[in-house]
Amino acid sequence: MNNGGAEAAIAPVGGSQPLEWKFSQVFGERTAGEEVQEVDIISAIEFDRSGDHLATGDRGGRVVLFERTDTRDHVGHRRDLERMDYPINRHPEFRYKTEFQSHEPEFDYLKSLEIEEKINKIRWCQSANGALFLLSTNDKTIKFWKVQEKKVKKVCDMNMDSTKAMGNGPIVGSNISTSSKQYIANGGCTSNEFSFPTGGFSSLQLPVVTSHETNLMARCRRIYAHAHDYHINSISNNSDGETFISADDLRINLWNLEISNQSFNIVDVKPANMEDLTEVITSAEFHPTHCNMLAYSSSKGSIRLIDMRQSALCDTHSKLFEEQEAPSSRSFFTEIIASISDIKFAKDGRHILSRDYMTLKLWDINMDSGPVATFQVHEYLRPKLCDLYENDSIFDKFECCLSGDGLRVATGSYSNLFRVFGCSEGSTEATTLEASKNPMRRQSQTSSRPSRSLGSLSGVVRRVKGADNSGVDANGNAFDFTTKLLHLAWHPTENSLACAASNSLYMYYA
Amino acid sequence: MSMAEEPLYPIAVLIDELKNDDIQLRLNSIRRLSTIARALGEERTRKELIPFLSENNDDDDEVLLAMAEELGVFIPYVGGVEHAHVLLPPLETLCTVEETCVRDKAVESLCRIGSQMRENDLVEWFIPLVKRLAAGEWFTARVSACGLFHIAYPSAPEMLKTELRSIYSQLCQDDMPMVRRSAASNLGKFAATVESAHLKADIMQIFEDLTQDDQDSVRLLAVEGCAALGKLLEPPDCVAHILPVIVNFSQDKSWRVRYMVANQLYELCEAVGPEPTRMDLVPAYVRLLRDNEAEVRIAAAGKVTKFCRILSPELAIQHILPCVKELSSDSSQHVRSALASVIMGMAPVLGKDATIEQLLPIFLSLLKDEFPDVRLNIISKLDQVNQVIGIDLLSQSLLPAIVELAEDRHWRVRLAIIEYIPLLASQLGVGFFDDKLGALCMQWMQDKVYSIRDAAANNLKRLAEEFGPEWAMQHIIPQVLEMVNNSHYLYRMTILRAISLLAPVMESEITCSKLLPVVINASKDRVPNIKFNVAKVLQSLIPIVDQSVVEKTIRPCLVELGEDPDVDVRYFANQALQSIDHVMMSS
Repeated sequence: MNNGGAEAAIAPVGGSQPLEWKFSQVFGERTAGEEVQEVDIISAIEFDRSGDHLATGDRGGRVVLFERTDTRDHVGHRRDLERMDYPINRHPEFRYKTEFQSHEPEFDYLKSLEIEEKINKIRWCQSANGALFLLSTNDKTIKFWKVQEKKVKKVCDMNMDSTKAMGNGPIVGSNISTSSKQYIANGGCTSNEFSFPTGGFSSLQLPVVTSHETNLMARCRRIYAHAHDYHINSISNNSDGETFISADDLRINLWNLEISNQSFNIVDVKPANMEDLTEVITSAEFHPTHCNMLAYSSSKGSIRLIDMRQSALCDTHSKLFEEQEAPSSRSFFTEIIASISDIKFAKDGRHILSRDYMTLKLWDINMDSGPVATFQVHEYLRPKLCDLYENDSIFDKFECCLSGDGLRVATGSYSNLFRVFGCSEGSTEATTLEASKNPMRRQSQTSSRPSRSLGSLSGVVRRVKGADNSGVDANGNAFDFTTKLLHLAWHPTENSLACAASNSLYMYYA
Repeated sequence: MSMAEEPLYPIAVLIDELKNDDIQLRLNSIRRLSTIARALGEERTRKELIPFLSENNDDDDEVLLAMAEELGVFIPYVGGVEHAHVLLPPLETLCTVEETCVRDKAVESLCRIGSQMRENDLVEWFIPLVKRLAAGEWFTARVSACGLFHIAYPSAPEMLKTELRSIYSQLCQDDMPMVRRSAASNLGKFAATVESAHLKADIMQIFEDLTQDDQDSVRLLAVEGCAALGKLLEPPDCVAHILPVIVNFSQDKSWRVRYMVANQLYELCEAVGPEPTRMDLVPAYVRLLRDNEAEVRIAAAGKVTKFCRILSPELAIQHILPCVKELSSDSSQHVRSALASVIMGMAPVLGKDATIEQLLPIFLSLLKDEFPDVRLNIISKLDQVNQVIGIDLLSQSLLPAIVELAEDRHWRVRLAIIEYIPLLASQLGVGFFDDKLGALCMQWMQDKVYSIRDAAANNLKRLAEEFGPEWAMQHIIPQVLEMVNNSHYLYRMTILRAISLLAPVMESEITCSKLLPVVINASKDRVPNIKFNVAKVLQSLIPIVDQSVVEKTIRPCLVELGEDPDVDVRYFANQALQSIDHVMMSS
């Protein structure tokens, strides 16, 4: 765990100055007026640990992989890569690498439930031998994928002249495979009767593979199924490289990557009587370096830190982080907006970032009295909670992320906006950006917006009611509750962000 | 292209299929690699087949796994031990793949080959391979390297030995936990080949580093190393180096580490000798028996007998027995169950007095446990206590427990107890059995669950074997035959089943006079299922009874059934008739 001193030492380098964000790339950009297909909407984004690869999952159950192009030339020693420290001067650029269908829609006949193919989460695993490994999950089933370059085979110099032996077709491989099965049995018999000459048969020759083209192949190596009664909301790898957890609304299970037919339940918050249920698990993550520690968040706005060393069933937490709302400001929505939609450990392992509906909170795991910092994400929406409740937007689950150096945090909002805050001491950085080719477009307006909209608060409420939820605020800015930026990820080593706006993936750098 | 010799055709196909698109065919070819090698001859196997296989490293994992396995026994096909080194390159490649089972198999095969190689070949080929893997770019190679040191080390010259030891120590500090885990789990094997001077210095240093690893999963494996290293060291060294570590581990923050200690502790007692055991290990073990975590108590409870066997009876009574008493009322049923499965073994260790005074109350409370597994575990090991405390004392408390289990709500529990009945019968003797258990055995014949009825029928047969036909004639046969008139056909079928099982055990005279008439009578049943089962039973009786009985009684009955309106009845009747003819012909 890094101490405060180390952080302070980094801070002056680039911490206090607000970052100037620039557009880098977009994948799957929509042309004007183009209808978005539901299946194309991105539902998960994740960088791998080196930052050389990026994966997105979508509602159609597909996983798309991107690879970094600007560091290709200094991919040097593998050991260096494993340590993940190498200098880079340019901003990250990615290109499409491959995609595969990870999940298909299914039907659970026992429970009469449709299981969507939508990818809820993707997590990268340790790569090896140039093959990439990742876990992807939908509501019920986790899959372990291996993506690897395979040689495209072109076999020649066969022993059997296929045209003669089979009588048709010059394509050797497929012909033999269909018609030669009978000879396997024969081969088995004759080999025993045969007396092999000491020099062997000179007429036999080994097939020769001529083509050395390669092709990317994704193979599903393992399927971890039937362990969750409720919907899986998170998966997270352990730093020991051999285990991972999956969390649903009420339970967290521990798996070994190599064993798909059993898992251990380590957290179970299901009450004996479901009517007593007041709180569900919303997100869970392992500590980045301490293999025994994991954190999970709840719908009541608390984060629990558990130590797996203490007991096999971790129903008692070792630390609890929550902030009590002042009783005066309580309202009907207090509990709903307190629900945490995502938590992330900072790379140093000392801080946890959490996102609830209105705020981002940064917690120090050594301080359970309250968050060390709270960032208002879209305070101007507070007067509109009633509308947001009526159209269910209040239940949207926004993700959050931290920069690799832990100096900044980011999260999404509506109208394809996302916000970046500085969290180093004394930083006032609070940038609003739009997921478009011109990210800074909104900044001047939004920075001044909160005070103005708060000033005409009553007007807003009246207008919205009168205008039948037109979604226009006091400034005449349209709020589009349908274009929400739920998913985004920060590059592990650089100031680079990947954001999903509907079906498009926008990349920015600073 | 000319495939001259016809007999070569299958082998040619086999070779071609090494590169087939169908994975099953490729797998088949790889499994028959030895055939291919013999057909090619030793020289071409070395020069062509092996290099060919070395390049074949991006195949599917199933094929690679088969290849790794085949190559382990390939020395004869490349021309014997002097050419064994040509097998190393393909296996080296396989040692670096991502799939763990392929790597493990490749390491296993390399060890097998390495242990046959000549010493100078090992130095020339095998040791460089280990060094290459240990310096591998990817963690997979380094993981594999750890499992090869114990083969490479003994034949290395002094300089290389020093180098190998230092490489191993680097692997134990690798960045990747996977590599450290592999190094930790192979440490015992490697240590066994290291000279004792270096063992105390280098290896113990490596071991100490591993025991302080911040990954639980690495420390876990270090615990396993404790016992292995302990056996290599002289007792004083073991006390000095291993004992403090294990005592520390027994109080580790992580329950998984303590769990491992609980499993391994008794092995270490032998290594350190009696005095340190009494001073340090007994208190450590007592702590584990009282651990907060149920999983740890389960592991500790399961070893209680093994641990007590090492101790003197006094120590066991003084220190361990109080814990055992506590565990017998543990809040976790799994702890009680683990205890119940081993506690009977303590009786011979403690002797008769202590057993009756201390252990018996624990048995009895476990026998009344609310959790059926606990009771079953006790009953299944009864023979061990029987010898010590005698049957009278035991049977008084045993019977209620058995009766309760026999009527348990869960049929699997009833099934388990039925399966112990013959064992109990042999231990408790005829007298006890007649009084108490006979009725239960008949009751099971009318259980609602088929598996229970089936097991009950089998049970009768085993009892008849145990106590002899005469006893069975008195205590089983009449009761069974009485039930043949049960109004439910499923129960009547159970009786037929019992008869077919009992018949071979009973004498043929009893079979003919008592059993056969009942079966013949049942052929008049109104339910076809009964009738075709009669046919089946009759068929099973044919070899047992006298030829004349077959002709006089069985055949007419079968002929009649052969004209039954029901097709299944006719089918089985004809089957039986055919087997009569068959027996006649062969005799």
